Amino acid sequence: MRRHAPGTESRTAQVLLIGLALTFLAFFLMLPLVAVFSEALKQGIRPFLDAVTNPDAFSAIRLTLIIAAISVPLNMVFGLAASWAITKFSFPGKNLLLTLIDLPFSVSPVVSGLIFVLLFGAQGLLGPWLSAHGVKIIFAVPGIILATVFITFPFVARELIPLMMEQGKDDEEAALSLGANGWQTFWHVTLPNIRWGLLYGVLLCNARAMGEFGAVSVVSGHIRGETNTMPLHVEILYNEYDFVGAFAVASLLAALALVTLVLKSVLEWRFDLHSGASH
Amino acid sequence: MPSMTTRKASWRAPSVLPGFGLTFGFSLAWLSLIVLIPLSTLFLKSAGMGWHAFVDVGFSSRALTAYRLSFGTAIAAAFVNAVFGLLVAWVLVRYEFPGKRVVSALVDLPFALPTAVAGIALTALYAPSGWVGQYLDPLGIKVAFTPIGITVALIFIGLPFVVRSVEPVLADLGKDVEEAAATLGANRAQTFARVIFPAILPALFTGFALAFARGVGEYGSVIFISGNMPGRTEIAPLLIVTQLEQYNYDGATAIAMVMMLVSFAVLFTLNALQSIRRRRLGA
Repeated sequence: MRRHAPGTESRTAQVLLIGLALTFLAFFLMLPLVAVFSEALKQGIRPFLDAVTNPDAFSAIRLTLIIAAISVPLNMVFGLAASWAITKFSFPGKNLLLTLIDLPFSVSPVVSGLIFVLLFGAQGLLGPWLSAHGVKIIFAVPGIILATVFITFPFVARELIPLMMEQGKDDEEAALSLGANGWQTFWHVTLPNIRWGLLYGVLLCNARAMGEFGAVSVVSGHIRGETNTMPLHVEILYNEYDFVGAFAVASLLAALALVTLVLKSVLEWRFDLHSGASH
Repeated sequence: MPSMTTRKASWRAPSVLPGFGLTFGFSLAWLSLIVLIPLSTLFLKSAGMGWHAFVDVGFSSRALTAYRLSFGTAIAAAFVNAVFGLLVAWVLVRYEFPGKRVVSALVDLPFALPTAVAGIALTALYAPSGWVGQYLDPLGIKVAFTPIGITVALIFIGLPFVVRSVEPVLADLGKDVEEAAATLGANRAQTFARVIFPAILPALFTGFALAFARGVGEYGSVIFISGNMPGRTEIAPLLIVTQLEQYNYDGATAIAMVMMLVSFAVLFTLNALQSIRRRRLGA
């Protein structure tokens, strides 16, 4: 009577479930992605190019690249240091440290921006001292970098810790017993072992750093040509009803997201890395 | 540095590997500078406000409405994601179909796509004149600029959390238990309800909690589709921004503090429920 193997659904049920899942994904993931490109090219290629090559758009792209170029390496160094300390040694309070590293994931982006305003803003804790010394952090580039580093803080560490935990420390101990010093061991043994996992973490960190909106929006001050990142520029154009312009700049960010997804999938398939559910 | 090494050695387990002092010290210093000290200013500022001032802004009727909206839509979206995220994970793990790898990669789109881009794209789709909205509008269903629109944005943001939490557990689930259930006469629905579902429930819980936590604080994707009408579609993070724009730092701090405490409490409760469940199962 049973036409299919025990423990599997009938072919009809399978097709139905696949169809339902794909319909859901089409409406919630695929359509928004298609909409970005279609709205950007709605009036042809000329208005698209005009919006993308506009000086304000250009300076927003430049600032976004600068922010990522500074904040991603900072978090990479932190991720390497933290995962070395956490995975190669055992010490009390390790779980607390892991929880604290994850903390930025559970803080709203807006609150992430707010705390830096409270610290460095004109009425902030260090505000009077900073303005007396002519240092501007809030409504300036340093504030955007701080907020971005906060938001992307756990990305690299989160990727490396499980990977290095799994790899153990036998390789490093062998290298040391053969006479290598600490740095040599790190460069020639540990780093090659973790390079793809590191790249994976950096990739996700970079995507978030370039795309962060809420936290950056709070600390930036939205000064055109100065403190406007690409996502903020999208918002400004959108609020001015320049929809083609907004979607044109947004389509560059969407293209970046697609490149990120392709590289991420390649890393997962080639090197059997798992994304984890954390970010 | 030798004195430091000996001191550390007594505190942590001995190891032949070098670099503990350097990496641990640097990690702790950087963590304090970027995360702990800035976050503590939120507590300091709240404490400095005095109880009455804090309650006045933190629990004003406008703030209460915003919390209800933020937590309500986040829970609704996390529920939808728990159902459809489980379905997507199931289909990806159990079935073969053309284009599966592309679909699997696409599930992570919300992690990679900047939230502001997602926000304007969803608004373009679900506005009354949009691709999807034009068919819903004649039926009297308004999505954009209503709480439904906010929920739609949060579904987009939270979906991968559920799929990626459930997927590995589902993949590791041995088929032998299911086959045993089938041999004992259980039909497919019974096997799912009695055997598979209990096994993946903790992972589904985790995915739900992660999606919820992300949804409560979400800002970028929501502000475009919500319409931002005070008292109707004004989410709590937006209220914080509004207070900041009016230079009302106390107000922004109080609302941020309440939001953070409530979401920590919710996550703590979910974790506690999970560990009670685990203890009952004896695992």
